[in-house]
Amino acid sequence: MTMTRRQLLILLPAAAVAWDSILASTPEASPNYNMAEHWWAMLIDITKCIGCGSCVRACQLENHVPDGYYRTWVERYHIQDWEMEYPKVDSPEGGKNGFPAAKEAGGKNFFVPKLCNHCADSPCTQVCPVGATFISPDGVVLIDQKYCLGCRYCVQACPYGCRFINPQTKTANKCTLCYHRITKGLTTACCEVCPTGARQLANLKNPNDPIHEFLRTHSVQVLKPQMATHSKCFYYGLDGSVR
Amino acid sequence: MQVPVEGFMYPNEVELQWSVLIVLYPFLTGLVAGAFILASLERVFQVQAVKPTYRLALLTALAFLLVAPLPLQLHLGHPERSFEMYLTPHGSSAMAMFGFVYLWYLLAVLVLEIWLDYRYDIVVLSQTTTGWRRLLYRILTLGSTNISPRALHIDERAGWLITVIGIPSAFLLHGYVGFIFGSVKANPWWSSPLMPVVFLFSAMVSGIAVVMLLYMLLTTMRREPIDMCCVDTVAKYLFYTFIIDFSLEMLDLIHRIYEADESFRSLDFMVHTKLYFSHIVVQILLGTVTPIILLAITQVAKLNDLVRKRIYAVAGCLTLVGIFAMRWNVVIGGQLFSKSFLGYTTYKMGFVTREGLLMAIMLTILPFIFLWILVKLLPPWPEKTLFAKAASAP
Amino acid sequence: MAAISARHSTRSTPFVWNIGMKIFQDAGHLFRVAAVFLVGLIAFLTLRSFLVPRSFGRYGHYRANAITEIAALPVRYAGHQVCEGCHADVLDVKSKGVHKGVACESCHGALAAHADDPGSVTPVKLDTAVLCVRCHQESLAKPKNFPQVNAVEHSGGAACNTCHQPHSPAMNVGVTQ
Repeated sequence: MTMTRRQLLILLPAAAVAWDSILASTPEASPNYNMAEHWWAMLIDITKCIGCGSCVRACQLENHVPDGYYRTWVERYHIQDWEMEYPKVDSPEGGKNGFPAAKEAGGKNFFVPKLCNHCADSPCTQVCPVGATFISPDGVVLIDQKYCLGCRYCVQACPYGCRFINPQTKTANKCTLCYHRITKGLTTACCEVCPTGARQLANLKNPNDPIHEFLRTHSVQVLKPQMATHSKCFYYGLDGSVR
Repeated sequence: MQVPVEGFMYPNEVELQWSVLIVLYPFLTGLVAGAFILASLERVFQVQAVKPTYRLALLTALAFLLVAPLPLQLHLGHPERSFEMYLTPHGSSAMAMFGFVYLWYLLAVLVLEIWLDYRYDIVVLSQTTTGWRRLLYRILTLGSTNISPRALHIDERAGWLITVIGIPSAFLLHGYVGFIFGSVKANPWWSSPLMPVVFLFSAMVSGIAVVMLLYMLLTTMRREPIDMCCVDTVAKYLFYTFIIDFSLEMLDLIHRIYEADESFRSLDFMVHTKLYFSHIVVQILLGTVTPIILLAITQVAKLNDLVRKRIYAVAGCLTLVGIFAMRWNVVIGGQLFSKSFLGYTTYKMGFVTREGLLMAIMLTILPFIFLWILVKLLPPWPEKTLFAKAASAP
Repeated sequence: MAAISARHSTRSTPFVWNIGMKIFQDAGHLFRVAAVFLVGLIAFLTLRSFLVPRSFGRYGHYRANAITEIAALPVRYAGHQVCEGCHADVLDVKSKGVHKGVACESCHGALAAHADDPGSVTPVKLDTAVLCVRCHQESLAKPKNFPQVNAVEHSGGAACNTCHQPHSPAMNVGVTQ
């Protein structure tokens, strides 16, 4: 324990000022929002995605995502006939500026938007050593930017490649499901700008949310179901080749 | 900086997260665990032949353990927040346990065992030295100068008990490092229940090798004769542990090849291209098979002392290279392929950056500086042990 | 150990007391180590009680205030409901055409700043030749029922709004090549 004490004594003067804000800050909570009434999810309709990249651009702007990193991105799949295990995939700049014309004709082609799956059994929150990333009571996986060490274990643990280290803050970063919007009654930036309605924000705790009717009547899949992360991003029309 | 990518990677995967410093970290803790286990052979399992290396092994373990958290600290985005691991350790995180396993091992095992073992020396030195050394030794005595036979007997018993606790602790220290990687289900290159066991045995191999090399090197530098019985015994243990380690690694490899699950095609391609040199050539052929063959020769053939010494030196160095390559292939290799199994990225190591090669070299040299200081303060040589001198005196 | 201690005892004090004293004397240094550890532990626990953020653990193993901090971040896309509050005329046109599901900021960009202060922040005029092809440039991977054209063949680079009204492009014009 002597080690800890010594470390602390060296660090304290420098960190004291910054730490005080972490200890005390209590910004105003959103009025008219009750966490207990929500359990957020997203529905993605692959058959509607046109790969325009609006979601990627809107996300970057809304959330100040640095260039070259993605809280959401769009992939284009090309599968020649039956070779499902070897799809050809591309995502130039995360699909931010759309996609160039396909190199190969024929086969099966489609777009897959990706984002944090806000897993209910998330491997990333499991491995965080200090509790800097967590599942909020309303089912959103969030990162405490003032508490994250930047150890990058969560980035390694995410099976979907959704996390990155923000080079400016040096902390882990990823989709917050636009938590600052959805708690104010707005939808996420990506859902707001999606021109075809391929993305739909859903509240699973609201019995009147159209997602319930959709899930009852459609074949729906999650990404990498073998990872058993209890993903809350539901995909309609997802091809078996998508990983 | 444009990173060359082959095939498709999820866009956030292009950049590697864990650099050469994270390669160094399991390498250093491995040396700690291995050196300690070698030391415990004498203490607990009564292998008298390795006694000349006992104190050296303990000091080596301490020197490397002091440096082990530095690469971790340096790679953090916010090193100043690392004490949060002690404030609010997350129970489900293998990494959070690092702080506690490390502290336990450092303070409750290693420092305490060294202190008990050296207490006689410290007390005598506190009375015979002058100046700052005297002050240092006096602080180390904690104000107790009791070196009566009964007090030393109590130290002996307590030291034995600590070593007994220390063996599982050393296993824990390095087994958990393996668990950090082995428990990442998202990464098929890491995710394996064998990972902690493989890490443990490779740790023992590297720790035994480094103590053997240091003993031979330091004894030669002191112009003292090398105790061949001791080195032969250490080399024998190195040989046996190496065989277990190699068997486990091959078991893992064969299992992967035979099972050939969804990740196999991708990993197999990686091992034959980007990892070919570091994995097949350096780790397996140069760093494992060659030293095992060399050590096997010393076990079966009757060779003279000089030849044996040279073989041990070469085998020991190759072992360390091989184990370092193993850590490299686990840590870096595990980040070169996409979790979509559709592409590969490249690791570009910086040189004078915070996580670059220069820093890695400095962190590799640092434990030897620590060891030099420790050896100066607490001489580990059996013939110079004050207790031994006192005992042999009439 | 008791036996050894008894053997070494020479004083005439009561037997049990003697053993206790002897052990304390000869193992005294161990108690000193224990004391150092204890002091360290107490110092650590004291510091810890001051340093753990106060909202930590309210809902789970994390700082509960982080949730409110994230929720308090500023919004940049105002949301179409806000736009429609003032631009009801556009809504009337749009709601009758195929673009009824397309939100204002999907084309016009993030305009929360404009919604906050319409006087000083004015949206830029859009270039339809660039804007429309983002969605409507033909691609193999797009759903077959989505209206898409090869822009060069279709209009030869002319701005789309020469023929189409962006807020309600006629369906028959949109699919004809």
